Amino acid sequence: MSKKDLGLLILILVVGAIVAIINPRFLLPINLANTSNLIGLFGILSIGQAFVIITGGIELSVGSLVALLGTLFIDFIAVRELDWPLAFVLIIALGAIIGLVHGWLITRLKLQPFVVTLCGLLIYRGVARFYTADGTAGFAFGQNFPELEFLTAGRSWGVPNSFFALIVIAIVMWVVLHRSVFGRYLYAIGKNEEAAKYSGIRTGRIVMAAYVICGVLTALSAIYFAMYTRSISPASHGQFYELYAIAAAVLGGFSLRGGEGSLVGVILGTVLLQELQNLVNLLGIPSSLNFAVMGGVILIGVLVDQQWGVFRARRRMIDASRKTVAGAAAE
Amino acid sequence: MARRLLSGMMNYSDTSISAIAPFLSLENVRKTYPGVVALDGFSMEVRPGEVIGLVGENGAGKSTLMKILGGVTTPDTGTITVDGTAHKGLSVEGSLGSGIAFVHQELNLFENLDVAANIFFGREPLRAGPFKLVDRARLRTMVAPLLKRVGANFSADTQVADLSLAQQQMVEIAKALSIKARLVILDEPTSSLPIAETDKLLDVIKGLKADGISVIFISHRLHEVERVADRVVVLRDGMLAGTLGKRDINHDQMVKLMIGRMLKEREKASEAARAPGAVALAAKAVRTPAYPGRPVDLDVRRGEILGLAGLVGSGRTELARVFFGIDGCLGGTLELDGTPLALASAADAVAHGIFLVPEDRKLTGILLDLSIAQNISLPNLPAHAKRSLVSAGAETATAEKQKKNLGIKAPSVQTRTGTLSGGNQQKVVLGKWLAMNPKVMILDEPTRGIDIGAKAEIYGLMRALADAGVAVLMISSDMEEVIGVSDRIAVMHEGQISGILDKEQFSQENVLLLAVGKQPK
Repeated sequence: MSKKDLGLLILILVVGAIVAIINPRFLLPINLANTSNLIGLFGILSIGQAFVIITGGIELSVGSLVALLGTLFIDFIAVRELDWPLAFVLIIALGAIIGLVHGWLITRLKLQPFVVTLCGLLIYRGVARFYTADGTAGFAFGQNFPELEFLTAGRSWGVPNSFFALIVIAIVMWVVLHRSVFGRYLYAIGKNEEAAKYSGIRTGRIVMAAYVICGVLTALSAIYFAMYTRSISPASHGQFYELYAIAAAVLGGFSLRGGEGSLVGVILGTVLLQELQNLVNLLGIPSSLNFAVMGGVILIGVLVDQQWGVFRARRRMIDASRKTVAGAAAE
Repeated sequence: MARRLLSGMMNYSDTSISAIAPFLSLENVRKTYPGVVALDGFSMEVRPGEVIGLVGENGAGKSTLMKILGGVTTPDTGTITVDGTAHKGLSVEGSLGSGIAFVHQELNLFENLDVAANIFFGREPLRAGPFKLVDRARLRTMVAPLLKRVGANFSADTQVADLSLAQQQMVEIAKALSIKARLVILDEPTSSLPIAETDKLLDVIKGLKADGISVIFISHRLHEVERVADRVVVLRDGMLAGTLGKRDINHDQMVKLMIGRMLKEREKASEAARAPGAVALAAKAVRTPAYPGRPVDLDVRRGEILGLAGLVGSGRTELARVFFGIDGCLGGTLELDGTPLALASAADAVAHGIFLVPEDRKLTGILLDLSIAQNISLPNLPAHAKRSLVSAGAETATAEKQKKNLGIKAPSVQTRTGTLSGGNQQKVVLGKWLAMNPKVMILDEPTRGIDIGAKAEIYGLMRALADAGVAVLMISSDMEEVIGVSDRIAVMHEGQISGILDKEQFSQENVLLLAVGKQPK
């Protein structure tokens, strides 16, 4: 765990302690379970985003994808009555294909990630609304999928299974990002894509793979979100989720220029964001201020982080110059 | 007025110059950084209308000196006297105000603006009225005389992006003149210029001198210093290693002062005539994106160093990019060891053992934020991994071997490459390819911005590669280097090979003639 991550963890604990003192309901099992469920859902989404951001890209369409893929998933199992494992595989595959198309447009046709995924944001939202004729996708009364519901919205030992899912995914993705050859390539491309190319890395394929990973994790979280809300109105479902994901990554120390950030960081970023949401509710802050609180905290966080870096660099200089002075005096 | 008169009177006999009060003098300047003494009791003088050549190896203290003169940093002790006024240190405004102007190695121009806008950027003449509109007519009349003084052959409304490097440098100098500079400091101005353009720049320096403006000319290209400098100041380890008067300026003296000893011998290709090896890489009527209408034929043989000379823009780098699979071939074929070769990417070239040490080290050669070990393992990462998980141990082992082999000076192989000197960075680039098995090694300006000691080492490495049977292709704009290191020289002119010189035909004149498209003698 880097110092940055440690700082973030301490911040999370301090904020948690303050909220718990002001409103002890923060520590009620029901509240903690709810919050950890949301952490699970948004965490999966944010890890996907992180893989794209590390390459210096951005994926703005994930919110709309959560709506579209969620709508399709519910439609597949509730209306078209597909077996849920089949529907699950189809949705994941669709997420992968969409990621592949984004990656292809970005690496082969050299379009800017912002532009490609902004168009995605508009297109998928529109398609989702058209698909349901602007209606709501949901389950009919009495429809039950016990296994699926247990895996997505259920709990084990009082802990939401979505949270367990996040932990498993986080461990796997940590190995991929921080230990694998692919992860090293991602960092290299994020730092300097040209130099990576001149080192013989097939940068196009690697970047495309990052968008595919993002697509798959988005699809997975779309299923989780769908099973959590159980009914989806595509006009608003998942709105701004791409910004939550980007915010979690930025809070977790990712640079939008690419090449920087850790998996632990993005998880902690998600935790902090959800803690703040919870704080707004528990402290009786008007919920209309929700976004303002988040924005303010992210801004302060990024500012402190940057100033801390400047401070440390300065202290290193002073320490080093003291050493030379002491050395000269000793002579 | 008086100054003008003075400069007119000066005829540069040594006695008359030394009688005139110096424009700038540094006395006993000392500057320390944490752990390093960058300048140690350094003194020098610059008189009006004098061209000072400032030479020294990388790390000798030149950049610190420049920072002090530019007012970016202040010395710990010592005095700086500018135009008769003594200072403890200069500020950026103070430096500019007293007429000290810089032309940096990396040009600071806005490529998307025209020449006039660049020269008076931030100081544009404005029209009367509340909207602060730029008075373009007046701007042009202000720029014209400046361009004339630097001998520009382009107009004030040319986009900077359309200018050659030498022309851009002229714009920088015009910018310096526009602030009524009395001392122009040129930091490695010729390092990226081809031979013909360098001559133009040296003429501009002579013009400045004739106008009574002092020049400090910093360069690693000693023969250019020889040509323009009135005096040479040599820095070594932050101290003044020596000063050479006009008559004593020569290559060997400068080198001796720079490194504190004579180089054993000037780097030369081994005398024994080499039996040419088999052709490793062959280009047959290859067309590059830069010159699609001009097919290139070129053979690089095993065991030779083929020098590729030519003016900047003659298509050498573009050819190297095609050989390395960065750009596609628009026509013709590449052959490796006699079999046709299709390269869709640099990864393909690397898989075939064709490696490139690119021209721009920081942009394409290495990743400055990664460690030495990570840079060296990058092209061959799967070989340093078990079940696609990177093995730090394997990486370190490979890197340690290259560090020892190449003599990379760094605390450890975990050191960030961004903190290394240019020469050591270049060795890391070489190290990552040497750790694999090169068949064809292409080096694009391998010694640009590298000090003399490291240069000699890199020449030695290239020779060792060639001796081991590797085909080495070296692109270089440094005439001494091309002639001193190559076994054969191919010269490019406007996208085509205009001729190939064998050892006995080697001469600066022949290379130049071919570079401008004429026949050698």
